[in-house]
Amino acid sequence: MSALLHRAWRVSGLLLLAWMAWRLLDWGVLRAVFSADAAACQALAHQGACWGVVPEKIRWLLLGAPGELGGLPLTLLLFASSWLLSFPLGVALALARRSERRWLSWPVVAVIEGVRGVPLVTLLFMAAFLLPLIWPQGEAPALLWRAGAVLTVFSAVYLAEIIRGGLQTVPGEQSEAAATLGLGWWGTQRRIVLPQALRAVLPALTGHAIGLLKDTSLVMVIGLHELTGGLSLSLGGDSTWRPFYFEAYLFVGAVYALLCLALSRLGLSLERRWAQAER
Amino acid sequence: MFGWDFLGQPAGFDIGETGLMAFDAMQPLWSAFLVGLANTLRVSFPALLLATAFGLLLALGRRSSSPGVKQLASFTIGSVRHVPLLLQLLIWYFLLIEWLPDSTQAIKLAPGVWLSKGGLAFPWLEWQAGGNASWSWPEQDTFNVVGGAAVTPEFLALMMALSVYTGAFLAEVFRSGIESVPASLMEAAETLGATRWQQLTRVLIPQALRTVVPATTNQYLNLIKNSSLAVAVGYPDLVSVGGTALNQSGRVVECLGLIMGTYLLMSLLTSAFMNAFNARHALKGAT
Repeated sequence: MSALLHRAWRVSGLLLLAWMAWRLLDWGVLRAVFSADAAACQALAHQGACWGVVPEKIRWLLLGAPGELGGLPLTLLLFASSWLLSFPLGVALALARRSERRWLSWPVVAVIEGVRGVPLVTLLFMAAFLLPLIWPQGEAPALLWRAGAVLTVFSAVYLAEIIRGGLQTVPGEQSEAAATLGLGWWGTQRRIVLPQALRAVLPALTGHAIGLLKDTSLVMVIGLHELTGGLSLSLGGDSTWRPFYFEAYLFVGAVYALLCLALSRLGLSLERRWAQAER
Repeated sequence: MFGWDFLGQPAGFDIGETGLMAFDAMQPLWSAFLVGLANTLRVSFPALLLATAFGLLLALGRRSSSPGVKQLASFTIGSVRHVPLLLQLLIWYFLLIEWLPDSTQAIKLAPGVWLSKGGLAFPWLEWQAGGNASWSWPEQDTFNVVGGAAVTPEFLALMMALSVYTGAFLAEVFRSGIESVPASLMEAAETLGATRWQQLTRVLIPQALRTVVPATTNQYLNLIKNSSLAVAVGYPDLVSVGGTALNQSGRVVECLGLIMGTYLLMSLLTSAFMNAFNARHALKGAT
């Protein structure tokens, strides 16, 4: 009896899956409009996807408003620069947090826990509203720079915690052995401790990079038009294409997913290469 | 220049959605902040429950013996984790306000539950004079759904985006928790004559909890912090209301300090809870 029930349950589940797959295919491909034909799209009444919005708005979606830095290039610039700059900062914070000198470790703990305890949106608000107010001399740098600085600090504190986890996996004897060989503190860290620590936490570093890439979308909230913001900018004021926000968002989502997939592949190949180097 | 007395002045702006609290522009600014905080918690709490349910479902799906279900669960987890939450929030929002029917032709999801561009209406307890409570059932009227209680599309979009996004992360937490318990322990329990249910509740769950609870608490805290994306769809949460207050009063330092201090307090309380839990449930003798 229970075997029969189990089979009925499984068959109905499969039928449900098949039905969902069919509806998706029907909406996304069979009934969809692929050309930038507004009239054909409106005639669909959402019974099929209007992919025409993508070729119609491709320039805005990917490059942002004409004449200003935006879209995908801005996303990549914010991601790459804040990641690169936050890496040395994160290493420094991690080392400082582990320091035995309390005047050094305590303020660092306060900064790390403080930044980790608040949402990124509020930090971006700080960049948009607070920094111009308290800037000591002359005019504060442009919003783009301020947002980049906030992303860098935000990324650095999370990196610091990941790297600290890696540092804890390196046995203390390693540092002692290096000291015996005559390496100074910095030489020990750079040649002995850090390479092992970073290798131990490589998967977490990949995850962090993916998170940072996704987090760059938040600068839209303070009025920078990167990939996500460029999309709202292009469709927000266009009543013809506005109903097809959903399809445009799916496209942009796919762009993010591809970028994240590339990062995760990169991380995996690094892991493999480092694992080989160890042998 | 710096001071808190501006919080006692009338807010000067209305808040679109106040839940169970009443608010108008004449009330002091500090009560606007309270309404914002209440809105943050009001959307976070149901989202926490939904995220947990969704995470469990996905984790079970990934461990399913049917390859179709397994693939679907993996694909859902992967794609949800690789798209920014802000984008997902906007997708939910436009799905709701563009694809749903007008409130003149709301969809009846269940008796007394109506979904339309106007939001989701559901039955709610109404207090009568004299302290009696009775259920108020929403009904379709000519122009609107009337009666009961309702939440806006902004609320729904935020709740759905937060629960699906966090659920995909929780799924991996739950899965690694289940996998951290050696299969041999379950087999041993079976040999001792434990039923399937006993194996689950006496062997698997207590041990999985040790690894699952700290990571889950972290995800819950992330969900509460991520609810600040409400500002992108105009749901009046703490950050959204605080931002309006900041623009209106010009008190940048104080308003930002109030917003960030509140989140910081929530984070500290969460980590205090986590430490207390770890102290109680850590393996005896281990540090």
